[in-house]
Amino acid sequence: MSRVSWPLRAVTALVAVWLVVPTLIVIPLSFTDRASFAFPPKGWSLRYYERFFTDSGWLIALFNSAQLALIVTVVATALGSAASFALVRSRFRGAGALNGLLMAPIVVPTIIVAIAVYATFLRWGLVGTAAGFVLAHTVLATPYVIVTVTSALRTFDRRLERAAASLGATPWATLRHVTLPLILPGVASGAVFAFVTSFDEVVVSLFIQSPELQTLPVRMFSGVTNEVDPTIAAASTVVVAITTALILLPQLLRRNTDHA
Amino acid sequence: MPDHSPGAGVRVRDLTKRFGSAARPAVDAVSLDVRPGEFMTFLGPSGSGKTTTLNMIAGLEGVTGGEIRIGDRDVAALPAHRRDLGVVFQQYALFPHMTAAQNVAFPLRRRKLPKAEIAERVARTLDLVRLGDHADRLPRKLSGGQQQRVALARAIVFDPRVLLMDEPLGALDKKLREQLQIEIARLHRELGVTVIFVTHDQEEALALSDRIAVFNEGRIEQVGTASDLYERPATRFVAAFLGDSNAFEGTLSGGRLAGDGLDLRAPATDLPDGSRAALIVRPERLRLSGAPGSGDNAVSADVTDIVYQGAFRKVLIRFGNGGAGCVREAIGALSDIAPGDRVTVHWSPDHAVLVPA
Repeated sequence: MSRVSWPLRAVTALVAVWLVVPTLIVIPLSFTDRASFAFPPKGWSLRYYERFFTDSGWLIALFNSAQLALIVTVVATALGSAASFALVRSRFRGAGALNGLLMAPIVVPTIIVAIAVYATFLRWGLVGTAAGFVLAHTVLATPYVIVTVTSALRTFDRRLERAAASLGATPWATLRHVTLPLILPGVASGAVFAFVTSFDEVVVSLFIQSPELQTLPVRMFSGVTNEVDPTIAAASTVVVAITTALILLPQLLRRNTDHA
Repeated sequence: MPDHSPGAGVRVRDLTKRFGSAARPAVDAVSLDVRPGEFMTFLGPSGSGKTTTLNMIAGLEGVTGGEIRIGDRDVAALPAHRRDLGVVFQQYALFPHMTAAQNVAFPLRRRKLPKAEIAERVARTLDLVRLGDHADRLPRKLSGGQQQRVALARAIVFDPRVLLMDEPLGALDKKLREQLQIEIARLHRELGVTVIFVTHDQEEALALSDRIAVFNEGRIEQVGTASDLYERPATRFVAAFLGDSNAFEGTLSGGRLAGDGLDLRAPATDLPDGSRAALIVRPERLRLSGAPGSGDNAVSADVTDIVYQGAFRKVLIRFGNGGAGCVREAIGALSDIAPGDRVTVHWSPDHAVLVPA
């Protein structure tokens, strides 16, 4: 670190500030005591947090989003990990094309994905259903799992699997006791990305929402277009806190195991 | 360790491995019998098929053709995890997320042994490789030699009847290698397990083995004890790969080998008259004399260089036909020669071996 020159450090700091500050602006806004987004706030209060955590509409939206993100995390992590094994471990015609196809949800503009999903879901009767949300968000989240698990698998030393086999481990036992524990950091960061992708997804969700089934970002979006309500700032702060905690978690865990 | 089962024999017939569309098979119809409890070394240069043969015996590599029997069981169709063989890999292949003890316990856990028995056997085996006090260390906290001893413990803890080792000492420095060679020899003695040991290091092979199989280009050139291979090489390759040798080429005819200005007495041989052959004499079997001349068991040569090597010296020579050779003289039995001298080298007919050229 000490060998990084100060101009590089300055540029890095600038970029970091530029990326983070807009997000951080909402935090002071959420503690205002006025019914406006005036920055900086003139007086401080927790009233918008109180409103967020007592209003059943907000709470249901938060609960919907958390539940949806958890299910998507499980499904996308399982599917993405399985797909990664296939992509890394087997040689088959069209592996490259398949990889491109699986990555498409990241590359294709979300609005196009949203329109396609909406058109398809209308025909299938999935608009406004929980299954529809799980399906749509899984498609968006799986590529992140594939990226992280694939890179973990590529650096995994396959001689360990041969050693395990020679020691009497069935392929299943080898996967469970050798391969999975060693690629776990990749799987875990893929799972975090999957959770965050679903938890703050707004574009596709706006298309397939219904009055009965709204996620937190959708409710925030509707809130900000319809009224001036600093509760949205409180909701944003909650979202920022949850996602930041999730993304920092693996790094903190890794640091701990390094010290062990 | 009286409760260890004695080693099993390994019988290989016409074992063949072809990778993809390669012109030459990596292993070409290899047949071999390893006796129960024997220490057999596969020796050969890299790419000679020795590791591929080992991997096929271990079940880690598919077989293109041929038969493998361990004890009285045909194992060709068994997957690696059901062959019950210990394997030690060159790069140790320890599980990095498990401590030394957990690594050694791994094969016992897979065999669903009771917890108490696992703990007892792990402790005993770690003691056997002198790592009893490192049981709770992760592999990355162990030195290379210690890691390889854990790998060894892990491969023997479940009493396999055959232990396969693929260049297990290749990544260690010379001093550690010699130390571990002694330990491996001791384990082999104490456990009675059959060992198949792959190496490209002839000194290692000579030091450890009951018998050595010399591999070259996917085939076995010769199987025999160290002294068989050294004193009675069956092929030019074996003569050249194990130690230094002097070779005189010619055509066989009526008990004589003639060609290239030489006419030597040929030792008894199965090779037919008219075939090309080479007479092989080891450097320490040659004697030097100052007077030039040649005969039934003698060739004239020029001394090109003399290299002192401690207990002996090496006299590098060039024969009349241009071929290079060397003579090894023990200190204390030195002839009075200097580079540039014209000399005669001669040998006892018992010490000459005829191989196909």
